[in-house]
Amino acid sequence: MTKPILVFGYGNPSRGDDAVSPLALDYLSDHLNLSNIELLSDFQLQIEHALDLQDRELVVFVDASVDCPDSFAFTPLTPAQDHSYTSHALSPAALLSVYQAVSKQPIPPCFLLSIQAEAFELGTGLSERCAANLQQACRFLEKLLTQPLSAIVERQSENINR
Amino acid sequence: MYEHLETAANPQNLKRVAVDPVSRVEGHGKVTLLLDENNQVQQARLHIVEFRGFEKFIQGRPYWELPVMVQRLCGICPVSHHLAAAKAIDQLVGVDPANLPPAADKLRRLLHFGQVLQSHALHFFHLSSPDLLFGFESEIGKRSIVAVLTDYPDIGLQGVKLRKYGQEVIRMVSGKRIHGTGAIPGGMNKALNKEERDYLKQDIAQIVVWAQAALQLVTKVHTSHLPYYDDFATIRSKYLSLTKPNGALELYHGGIRVKDEQGETLVDHYDYCDYPKLIREEVRSWTYMKFPYLTSLGKSDGWYRVGPLARVNNCDFIDTPLAEAARVEFKQHGGEAMVHSTLAFHWTRMIELLHCAESIQILLDDPDLLSSDLVANGEKRYEGIGVIEAPRGTLFHHYQIDENDIVTKANLIVSTTSNNTAMNESVRQVAAKYLSGRELTEPLLNNLEVAIRAYDPCLSCATHAVGKMPLQLELVDADGKLVDKLVRHSSGEFIHGSE
Repeated sequence: MTKPILVFGYGNPSRGDDAVSPLALDYLSDHLNLSNIELLSDFQLQIEHALDLQDRELVVFVDASVDCPDSFAFTPLTPAQDHSYTSHALSPAALLSVYQAVSKQPIPPCFLLSIQAEAFELGTGLSERCAANLQQACRFLEKLLTQPLSAIVERQSENINR
Repeated sequence: MYEHLETAANPQNLKRVAVDPVSRVEGHGKVTLLLDENNQVQQARLHIVEFRGFEKFIQGRPYWELPVMVQRLCGICPVSHHLAAAKAIDQLVGVDPANLPPAADKLRRLLHFGQVLQSHALHFFHLSSPDLLFGFESEIGKRSIVAVLTDYPDIGLQGVKLRKYGQEVIRMVSGKRIHGTGAIPGGMNKALNKEERDYLKQDIAQIVVWAQAALQLVTKVHTSHLPYYDDFATIRSKYLSLTKPNGALELYHGGIRVKDEQGETLVDHYDYCDYPKLIREEVRSWTYMKFPYLTSLGKSDGWYRVGPLARVNNCDFIDTPLAEAARVEFKQHGGEAMVHSTLAFHWTRMIELLHCAESIQILLDDPDLLSSDLVANGEKRYEGIGVIEAPRGTLFHHYQIDENDIVTKANLIVSTTSNNTAMNESVRQVAAKYLSGRELTEPLLNNLEVAIRAYDPCLSCATHAVGKMPLQLELVDADGKLVDKLVRHSSGEFIHGSE
């Protein structure tokens, strides 16, 4: 039985701040009741991940971002054929486009939690700043995901920047 | 050969164009062209702009951590690194490939077939099919998997599901989608249970059918565009790969075979543990990536290609019937002993995709997959070498450890490095034949990327943070003054003449 909420964190645990998303999932695993929530992690978003969005009522992607001006940002996602010129990987918006083309079904409410990051060297840990950002982002996610699903989805139209 | 375009005689008087980074390949790559006043290409280079630091990452760790840790070297082929490391570590615990329990050997092969299947599917459907279906100079909006899904929904969907199936094979064998611990020193961590085996068997017949369809598609595309597809970016080269003792195509374990441009066998059934005698690596000042070559032939003549084209060219046959029939058709098309077409990498990649699907189907009927005899033991050694055929070509892992089991030396030769000279030669060929003397446009520059993508290079690693990979084209005049600039942001948005 597919769980209604999917939290998908992507990043490489051994590449500095790229580990922030898998670490956020570790936090959620320790602090949330996961009866309605599935946590998935991978190095990158790929085309087959579109199939993981099927039958969901809410999807939250978590990613490290060098473009995020604040500690973290929580933004609604819509499908976009943005060409994802980022090597083999897809952007979340492009993944939604793939889902739309593959499933022919309405897209579930989807959000991107971007966590500000700065350093991605192989074999290094989180930067001090990113570690602090992770704490704030985790508290936000924990609070968000303990609300009733309907209340979370109502926030789809909001664009929360902190 | 276009070696004369590696370094221009008077670079200070030339215009510079950079394709930075190359898109739809893994990691950070950059192509630079130097043009004279008539837009004639005088120099063309493929640069790797990120230093890997793989060996440093590995040294100082206990060897038993490596099968998990090395998966983080690459977000695209983690299982390949996992298995190459596992083969090296088998030797550290005194277990040679012949002594691995049959169940462990077959589970590793199943894992590897799943990895190659999903990697080849990703490359063909996600990265290359836009070029192949819409044309190399098509409008930029067409060059994505979403456009393929829109215009060719059945093909696009099959690509997604082939990729998913390969990932499911990996998940069933290693227990997790990523960071799994399928292989351990001397064997495997777990067998398949009956439910897992039956789950994979449900869809494998369909996967074989879809793999056949993908092969038919690429065969049709290639043969419909002759002689162009046989000429584009094509170079005559030597080829290096593993083969089975009987000469069959081999992806997991075998001896090294090298064939020359005419198909003559230069090296056969060579023990890969002696690879340091067979291969050396040259460093050139203008790029971080090394240039491997066969020691016996020297730097200028000893370079070679690896990957699907090398494997299908080198082997005597493929031991699954559908892929073997495709190999015979492929070789006949070339009209000579070796097929040198660079775009034939796509064709051979799909032959291997079908071979993987057939091999998975055969293995899933093997009762050894359910056996609990999974680990062998031996006497500790201080050096281990593991070599496999990763999706992109031959992958070498070499470790030395001390008395405390800590890795003191690590050496990796990844397949993309082996193709470095060849990729540069293909770039020079395309630049000279298709770009020289023409007004440079973004679709025209995509020709360079098409040539590079044929090799499916994995230029870097798994980092991917949002905003990290814009594309920037700069045109600089003979005085070094910026004449024009085109920036493609990671969103795909183009901005002309500004940051």
